[in-house]
Amino acid sequence: MSLAPHLPALQVVLPLLTAPAAVLLRSGGAAFLLVTAAAWGAFAISLGLWQQTAGGEVISYAIGNWPPPWGIELRVDRLSAFVLVLVAGMAAVVLPYCRQSIEREIPRDQHYLFYAMFALCLTGLLGITITGDAFNIFVFLEISSLATYVLIALGRDRRALVAAYQYLIVGTIGATFIVIGIGLLYLTTGTLNLADIGTRLPQVSGERPVLAALAFLTVGICLKLALFPLHQWLPNAYTFAPSAVTAFLAATATKVSVYVLLRFYFSVFGESLVFDRLPLPGIMLLLSLAAMFVASAVAAFQDDLKRLLAYSSVAQIGYITLGLSFDSQSGLTATIVHLFNHGLTKGALFMLAGCLVAVAGGSGLARLAGIGRAMPVTAFGIVLGGLSLIGVPGTVGFVSKWYLVLAALEKGQWWLVMAIVGSSLLAVVYVWRFVEIAWFREPPAGLPADRRLPLSLQAPAWLLVAATVYFGLDASFTVGSAAAAAEQLLGMTR
Amino acid sequence: MSLASHFSYWVTIFLMVAGLFIVIARGNLIKKLVGLAIFQTSVYLLYIAPGKLIGGTAPILAEEFKVYSSPLPHVLILTAIVVGVATLALGLALVVRIRETYGSIEEDEILAADLADGETEAGR
Amino acid sequence: MSAMVLLAGLGVPALGAAGIAAAHRTPNLREGVTLATAAALFACVLSLLPGVLAGERPRLTLFEVLPGLDLTLAVEPLGMLFALVASGLWIVNSLYSIGYMRGNGEAHQTRFYVCFALALFAAIGIAFAGNVFTLFVFYELLTLITYPLVVHHGDDKARKGGRVYLGVLIGTSVMFLLPALVFTWHLAGTTDFRAGGILPAGLSDATVVGLLALYMFGIGKAALMPFHRWLPAAMVAPTPVSALLHAVAVVKAGVFSVLKVAVFVFGPEMLAGQTAWLAGIAGFTIVAASVVALSADNLKRRLAYSTVSQLSYVILAVAVLAPLSLVGAALHVAAHALGKITLFFAAGAIYTAAHKTEISQLDGIGRRMPWTMGAFAVGTLSMIGLPPAAGFVSKWFMVSGAMAGEHWLALGVIAASTLLNAAYFLPIVWRAFFRPLSAEAAAHPHGEAPLPSVIALTLTAAGTIAFFLWPDVPLALARQMLGAA
Repeated sequence: MSLAPHLPALQVVLPLLTAPAAVLLRSGGAAFLLVTAAAWGAFAISLGLWQQTAGGEVISYAIGNWPPPWGIELRVDRLSAFVLVLVAGMAAVVLPYCRQSIEREIPRDQHYLFYAMFALCLTGLLGITITGDAFNIFVFLEISSLATYVLIALGRDRRALVAAYQYLIVGTIGATFIVIGIGLLYLTTGTLNLADIGTRLPQVSGERPVLAALAFLTVGICLKLALFPLHQWLPNAYTFAPSAVTAFLAATATKVSVYVLLRFYFSVFGESLVFDRLPLPGIMLLLSLAAMFVASAVAAFQDDLKRLLAYSSVAQIGYITLGLSFDSQSGLTATIVHLFNHGLTKGALFMLAGCLVAVAGGSGLARLAGIGRAMPVTAFGIVLGGLSLIGVPGTVGFVSKWYLVLAALEKGQWWLVMAIVGSSLLAVVYVWRFVEIAWFREPPAGLPADRRLPLSLQAPAWLLVAATVYFGLDASFTVGSAAAAAEQLLGMTR
Repeated sequence: MSLASHFSYWVTIFLMVAGLFIVIARGNLIKKLVGLAIFQTSVYLLYIAPGKLIGGTAPILAEEFKVYSSPLPHVLILTAIVVGVATLALGLALVVRIRETYGSIEEDEILAADLADGETEAGR
Repeated sequence: MSAMVLLAGLGVPALGAAGIAAAHRTPNLREGVTLATAAALFACVLSLLPGVLAGERPRLTLFEVLPGLDLTLAVEPLGMLFALVASGLWIVNSLYSIGYMRGNGEAHQTRFYVCFALALFAAIGIAFAGNVFTLFVFYELLTLITYPLVVHHGDDKARKGGRVYLGVLIGTSVMFLLPALVFTWHLAGTTDFRAGGILPAGLSDATVVGLLALYMFGIGKAALMPFHRWLPAAMVAPTPVSALLHAVAVVKAGVFSVLKVAVFVFGPEMLAGQTAWLAGIAGFTIVAASVVALSADNLKRRLAYSTVSQLSYVILAVAVLAPLSLVGAALHVAAHALGKITLFFAAGAIYTAAHKTEISQLDGIGRRMPWTMGAFAVGTLSMIGLPPAAGFVSKWFMVSGAMAGEHWLALGVIAASTLLNAAYFLPIVWRAFFRPLSAEAAAHPHGEAPLPSVIALTLTAAGTIAFFLWPDVPLALARQMLGAA
């Protein structure tokens, strides 16, 4: 029996099985090895799936051999394969980093549970991306969310508990909205298979429940992806979670939510319903612009590096949804490529921030004064990541910005071009705030003399920094995949 | 089509709004969770009620049963209930830990304590 | 073969930077590496010259970033001229830096030399850029790499200057240059520099003017008003930085880009009749900056505003569009570089030897520092445009071009600014040689600046005169640029 046809199932099952195994092992070290191996396995599988779907074919896998639409279907197309590569790849890079990072932030007797939760979170995120069943999305969403709440609560600051609680409330409301939307779709079409709903929706006579479903889903998903002004949960969660968790979540969780949004908009409801019947593009455009400007401005006033980066994430999500609101090939390419690029950048930035925290003992900017002189290499990495947030050529941020500006130009909307480039100037402000604090102030006396960092903290972070530069110089993989995925998505409804 | 024939929807909507209102309006962390549970419960009803046909039974393949209620919503909601219970359990566990470290489960008191934390950290 | 030399032009300064960093423990070795790198780079660039003069146009595509958008190096006469100036003056500047940095006991010297080498890396990248995209990449790189040099002193003043520097340069390039670049790509499907321009014919006037405005204001390094503030702000840097970067590499990268875009993206034909507004703004910048310079007492500030004014000569010449003006503009890139670096060297030498920064303190200093002030006088002549200095040659062509094009506004501006230049530079020379020493200065005796610095400024002064006497090579390059166009 060959494993190749079962890759879609293995993609989810592999990390899923390691979670209970990690709990049974009751040893941090063994759990670490197991989950890391599973993450790398998942990464390899995702690359395999990406390769299989690159030509445009769609892999459909019937779980338990129950044919869709009756059974649950796993469905991989270009977009889902691309997101799978991002999620599994980030897990594979962040996990080696976890070992030393949580050593400093989480009591040792909880380590094996940490890895179990991490594996569950990964399972959930991969599951959301790969499933072709609407209710299944909700289930995987809750698996990843519940694991995420626990991971955030493991932060050593007591405020992590409150952050986790707040995220639990907001996240559950979001998930419930999503399940209401799915329920309404189910009631009108009688099926839960996404593709099947998509084909049946045009024949539905009453439009109102469908529009209500669209509204519920949009709000619910936007809560999860932290679209301004539904982002309130995000800054606290990112600030107080353990550094490794923040790096993983910032790179993947909101991105997967974007994927869900794209999936529902283009594969289920169809472009004409979403973009013509409701004023959604206009609303999304305004909210995206608000995110880009307000969140960037707020980021410039933060006193904590992780919180600054968290607000920057809210702003960058604005870019992602802005591309979506254009409803064009270039705009959608920008959305998908920025989803990947921003994942890389923020993953790198939060990991490097974690390195600083490991030495300085906290991420408050007051603690990090003069850190550029004390730890020049790590601080320089943060500047590199910051340049990508700004969109300087030679970094991935530039590639994303290029397509966003191009999409705005194709629509002939110059004011939007100016808004896009203008908001990146706000990124200059918050990145340079860090630069000035890190280099123009004297290092505090309390900094430990031994500032060497273990390789396992530095190597994964620098791997991602290198990736932000590499994919900024040679964007054939990212842009190629994103453009092809956008084409496939648009082709579904046109 | 009358109000009465759709009464299950009205109940659903009432529970939904009531639950959401409690989550937003209450400052007590436990009460918030109660509201959240009510909110989730409304969804159970949203799924289950339309699946029931009057006079229908469980899908048993036998001569005397002709009218079936759809079993799928029940299965789905069974899953949703499990998720809801897990969420509630985790939420309560978090509240216990919050109570241990902050000595309070009132949102305003906790936020005040957080603010103080933030200021000591910034060194002001 | 020459394509490999192109790559070496980028590789040498990059490797040099690594070598300098590696030699940080032994200052003598480190400075040796700097000088050797500078010499090697100049040799590289020089080896390309005969081929380019003979009509060769080496081209090398490094890699493709996005489909249809690649990093490409290509040499044409104008880029050749800029590369020659930048790499040649780097040698002299390194010599000068050694004297200045040691004489003033500056800190972080390794970082200084590393960033310098990297700045040259970016400048060469700009000179050899084969398309607007490559130009943009190295342009941004140059801004970022020079930031540590500008804020070298690391104090509050440096931080504020750095903010303005970065804010204006990044701001303009992101706000205007990036949209211009994407728009060019959107319109033309390519960003390559090609003789005669790449934009499709039949664009509306509004589009051409709008795009030109985006480019002209987007290239903030050309310091067109109102985006000139970064230049005086960057004067917080140590003088060698001001000298090389803000008289040669950075500002010349700006006007070089302006020329490149005008000639090779739009093409003179497309611009005909569309540039009256540009001439107006450039003319205003020339006069207004001269007036500000007139009232500045700080020597470096006066030089900075003089640079703002001189840069707009090039933009004005572009706006005039006559072939002779464009030749003049290309020559001015080189001529002004030689003259202005001499002036900055002199200002730095005065600071090193006498710790004077204000013009009013310079009474009688020429008798104590005859070499320095002699070189300063030569630089002054070049700025005003008098023989026997380089500035005369370029101005000659620009005036001829304006006459040929019957562009009276340009002629008026050039005439007025020549008078203003004389008014703000000649008094310094007069003061230095003919006014008696002040009592305060008499109490603090000092001699010339350190020897390497004096050698450097003498060399550039000699270069300024040599440019006047033998302008053949730059002139040939400038003419070829048009021949190609």
